Order: sequence, then C-alpha cells, then structure tokens
Amino acid sequence: MGKWNILKAAVAGLAFYGAMATASYAADIVGLITKTEGNPFFVKMREGAQAKAKELGLDLRTFAGKFDGDNDSQVAAIENLISAGAKGFAIVPSDSSAIVPTIKKARDAGLLVIVLDTPLDPIDAADATFATDNFKAGELIGEWAKGTLGDKAKSAKIAFLDLATNQPSVDYLRDHGFMKGFGIEFKDLKHYGDETDPRVCGHEMTGGAEDGGRTAMETLLQKCPDVNVMYTINEPAAAGGYQALKAAGKDDGSVLVVSIDGGCPGVKNVAAGVIGATSQQYPLKMAAMAMEAIEKFAKTGEKPKPTPGKQFFDTGATLITDKPVKGVESIDSKKGLELCWG
Amino acid sequence: MSDDATGSATAERGLQGHDQSVASFDDGGGSALKALQRFLHEYPTAVPFIVLVIGVLIFSIAAGGRFFAPFNLSLVLQQVTIIAFLGIAQTLVILTAGIDLSVGAMMVLSSIVMGRLTVTYGVPVELSFALGLLTGLVCGLINGVLVAVIKLPPFIVTLGTWSVYGAMVIYVSHSETVRAQDIEAAGPLLQWLGHTIRLGGGAVLTYGAIAMILMALIIWYVLNRTAFGRHVYATGDDDEAARLAGINTRGVYIAVYTLAGFICSVAAWALIGRIGAASPLGNQTANLDAITAVVIGGTSLFGGRGSLVGTLFGALIVGVFRNGLALAGVDSLWQEFTVGILIILAVTIDQWIRKISA
Repeated sequence: MGKWNILKAAVAGLAFYGAMATASYAADIVGLITKTEGNPFFVKMREGAQAKAKELGLDLRTFAGKFDGDNDSQVAAIENLISAGAKGFAIVPSDSSAIVPTIKKARDAGLLVIVLDTPLDPIDAADATFATDNFKAGELIGEWAKGTLGDKAKSAKIAFLDLATNQPSVDYLRDHGFMKGFGIEFKDLKHYGDETDPRVCGHEMTGGAEDGGRTAMETLLQKCPDVNVMYTINEPAAAGGYQALKAAGKDDGSVLVVSIDGGCPGVKNVAAGVIGATSQQYPLKMAAMAMEAIEKFAKTGEKPKPTPGKQFFDTGATLITDKPVKGVESIDSKKGLELCWG
Repeated sequence: MSDDATGSATAERGLQGHDQSVASFDDGGGSALKALQRFLHEYPTAVPFIVLVIGVLIFSIAAGGRFFAPFNLSLVLQQVTIIAFLGIAQTLVILTAGIDLSVGAMMVLSSIVMGRLTVTYGVPVELSFALGLLTGLVCGLINGVLVAVIKLPPFIVTLGTWSVYGAMVIYVSHSETVRAQDIEAAGPLLQWLGHTIRLGGGAVLTYGAIAMILMALIIWYVLNRTAFGRHVYATGDDDEAARLAGINTRGVYIAVYTLAGFICSVAAWALIGRIGAASPLGNQTANLDAITAVVIGGTSLFGGRGSLVGTLFGALIVGVFRNGLALAGVDSLWQEFTVGILIILAVTIDQWIRKISA
C-alpha cells in the first residue's frame, strides 16, 4: 500500500512538473537561421535577435550552417522549426535558390518566413525580405572611388576581390553595384567576369577571408602591376588584400581600397587608412526587426511590407570614409565606430 | 615409376622446338614504358617533380613572361607556404596509414590563441606565443591518444576533433578578427615570419617560406636518418609486424599526431606572418588542401610509402597551376577543376607504379 502511494505521488508530481514545463514554454517559438557561427556579422545578428526575443517574451531557437554555402544544415533547421510548431523564423540563406522548396514547405505549414541580408531567388519566395540593398552598397563605394580618382578614373585599373566561384547574389550585387557606381558596363546582372571594359583587371575569389584576400590580390597584382583600385567583397578580404599591397610596397595610398560591411575592425581600418571607404550595414537591426515582425504576425496575422518601390524592406547602408567626396553622402569613421557591429 | 619416366620423356620430346628456358623473374627489358615504370618505382618523387616542371613550362608559354619571372615564382612559394606546412604534418600522419582532418582547425586555433592573448588580454607576446605553440601540441596529443590508446579510426577521431577545435576557434575568438595593426603594435614577434629577404632578379623570400623549408629538412632528417623515422614507415607499412618486431607502435602513433599538431602551430605563426591578422575566418579547406598536396606528392594513403619532398612538390604543383591559370586569365572554376584532375592523375600514376611489385 505504501509503495502504491509513493508511486501515485510520483505520477502526480511528474504531471505537475509537466504542466509547469508546458506553461513556461507556452511562449511563441521563433527561429533564427544564419549561414555560419564563425562570421561576426551573423554573431551580431544572433545577439540582436536574442535581445529582442527576450524583450518580447519569445522562445528563440537559433541555428547555423557549418560553412558558407551549407544548404543541408539550413534545411534540417527549418524542418526542426516546423515540427516544433514555430510561428515563424528569420533566415540568412546560404544558397538562395536551393533553399526555396524547403521555405515553401514552411510557409505552407503556416510559418512566417523572413529572409535577412541575402534575398532568395526568386525574392518573393519569402513572406518578407529585410536586407541591405547590396547593389546600392556597391554603388556607393563605386561612386566614391570614381569621385576620388577624378579624371584618372578613365584610365583606372581595378582588381576585384570577390566571394566565391558560385557567385551568390550578395557577390554579384555588390560587384555590379560597384561597377555601376564607377561607370563600368556589365552584361548580365547575375554573372560577373565577362566585362569587356579594359579597366577591369580581373576577378579572384577570397572566400570573404584574410588568407583568400591576400592570395587573390597577389595574383591580380601579378596580372596588372598598375592596379590602382581594389574592390573587396568584405572587410576581412580587404585586410588580406592590403597585406599583399604592403608586401608589394603599394601601401602608400597609391591604391584605393573599397569594401562593404561596416564591422568594427573594418571601420577601424578606415580610420587607419587601410580602407578608403566602406558601406556599412546593420545586421543587428535586421534581426531585431524580424523578431518584431514575427511577433506581430503571431498576434495579428499581419505581414511586414517592403520599402515602397523595392521588393524588400531596405535596412539601409551608409558610406563611411574620412575623405568625403562631393555629391556622395557619407559619415566619418568616428561616427561609423558608434554604429559598427563587432 | 617407369611409366612416370616414360611420361616425362614424352613430355620432354613434346617441348622440342619450343621455348625451353627456365622460369625466371622478368628482367623487364624491352619497352620504354616498362623502363619508365621501373625508374618511377625506384624514384617515386620523380613523378611530382616532372609534373611540376611540365606545369612551369606550360604556363611559361601560356601566361607569358609574367609567369616565369623570379618574383612570380617566389610568390608561388609564398602562397603555398601554409599548405606546405600542413602538408608536412599530414605526410607524417599519412605515412602511418592515418589521416588528420583537423590540421587546419589546429592551425587557426593556435593563431587565435597567440593573437588574442597578446592583443585582447595583454599577455606578454613571448608567453602567448609559447601558449599558442602549446595549443597545437596538446590538440595533436589528444588526436594521438584517441587513435593509439582508445584505438579509434584516425578518420573518425580527427573528423570529431576538427569540429571540436573549430568550435573552440569560435569560442576563443568570439568570432572577431584580431587586426593586423593591433598585432603589429602589441606583439610584432607574431608577424616576424612575414619579413622578407630580397634575392636577385626580384625574387622575394618570406621568413615563413624559409621556416617551412627548414621544418621540411628537419622532418626529412627525422624520417630518413633516425630510428624513429624508420619506425614510422614500418608502423605505416604493417603495424602488427612492426609491433612484433619490437617497435612501440602506440608510442609512434602518439608521437606522430602530437608532432603534427606542433607543426600546425608553427604554421599558425607563419599564417599570422602572411595575413598580418589572427582571423577565425578562412582556411576552411586547408585540411583537404594539405591532403591534396600529400597525395599529388605521391605518398600512399595506405601508409608506409611516400616522401616529404614529394609533398613539397605536390603543394608547389597546386600553387603553380592556380597561379598560372589565373595569370592566363582562366576563370577560378577551372582552377578548381584542374586541381581535381591532378589528384586523380597522381593517384592513377601511383597505382601504375605499384603494379611493378605486384
């Protein structure tokens, strides 16, 4: 009899604990899926989302791929979120087309899908896209470089330090945005490398990192010893490329360096004169806005709307330089440091 | 009995007019191809060397004078320094019929420890440098113990530690790059291998490249001129036979993986010299690039056969093809393509050479 009572008590206790657990997890589940854990851009994004989720009382689950381009891990993360009964999630797609069928599955299951930073292909495969206009970010540094060179822009020699051989959307948008700003014609928006303008020295891949940046710039310096503009996909690639310039004795300002991202080490490099100008993005803001949007959707069913005239909500890009050019709006590195993201 | 004798006599008669020579080892004379096969069997390092020479010749024609300039050739050496370092570590491990997938992660982790301790935590640079070297050593030791004592397959062990060390990189670095300018100010020792010596004709040697060659010489000496080196080959060839012959194979495995880890941490020093910064980004495929160099260099993945010199040639071949193709204006996708073909070609030749002993 005594044994039986203990068992009953235990069962009741378990049931109570279960009820408690359910109560404490009744908060809406939301997800954040980024490309990798290694890139500070995504680390900041996660911090922004975590702070906002806490403030709104959301239960945030975060996931990341193993490397840039790791589609499989992102598919698994979405499947996990669907089966967990999430209200919605924000994702930075590693592969902007391959992830689309899985996104559709999630939307069919009633989840709100917000894509951050890198738009899907097609862009309307998501409920909403919060992104920097990467093309515009490229255009800003292109215009700055053109303005800084003045007449010499006509005879410039430009090295392009790009991201990866598969040319993801962020890669071609930034690259071609720069070309538009600088006044170079390109053929197909989605593919770079076939320009006929003699000012283009060549495109080499960096993987968005220092080691790749150095090797790429060394190769391009060999190809065109008279390079005087170095376009870079991001600031780590720019820092690596600068080491190549330094080794070649070209760190005297004779080569203009432009980049995109606006991370704190990058902005410090603007202040130090390593990078001439960079377009700053706002990952923290993107992620925080996404959390707000999902919460609103869970409460009211209302979906976020894009910036008028664009297919996505533009979270903005600001040019940071200590050598402003007339006609191109910018802020200095001091102000940029206040806004930078890690 | 007499029947037998008669039978054999009949058989003898039947042989008349046919080849009556006694069975013997094929002396291989004859075709030039056979002679080449024999030559390559005796000097397996000749294969990567010939490929390297052919590569240099092709690109000297295809990419013009820009390729075959002293500076550019020295640049290729600079560009392959890091992979060659990891290739040296990888050769040691592969000679014991193992594999180390964690070499890139050990290198990046060591470089982050060196950079971050010095800049972020203000540790004296000599101390953080030593701790960085120790990091690689300990990581390698962990691999070695798991392989030799717990007896797990090296592929699985290092697949696991690749993830573990990779996660430690993120944890220790907070995903932040330690900037080149900050390292220059706080601990120039860390960038020391980035210094250069200018040779005649415009060629530039980095201290890092020299350190890599020194490391190769030391390890070459250890492998070829010491008892330990012969034990490594013997263990890789047949570890049961080696054990029965009195070799402490467990000790050999632990030493090899630990040494590999240490070499990776020296590579970390060269890496900081090269990129100036200590960065958690990049080098994602360094482990595979190192294996590529070893394989193209003719070292057998089955252990016991191969050489360090081959690995250096292997690393240089990849560097020459990437640099040459880029200078010839070839799209980066075809650079990847070519490296893939080279790997398959190298292994095909290796298999062909082995047939002579089969």
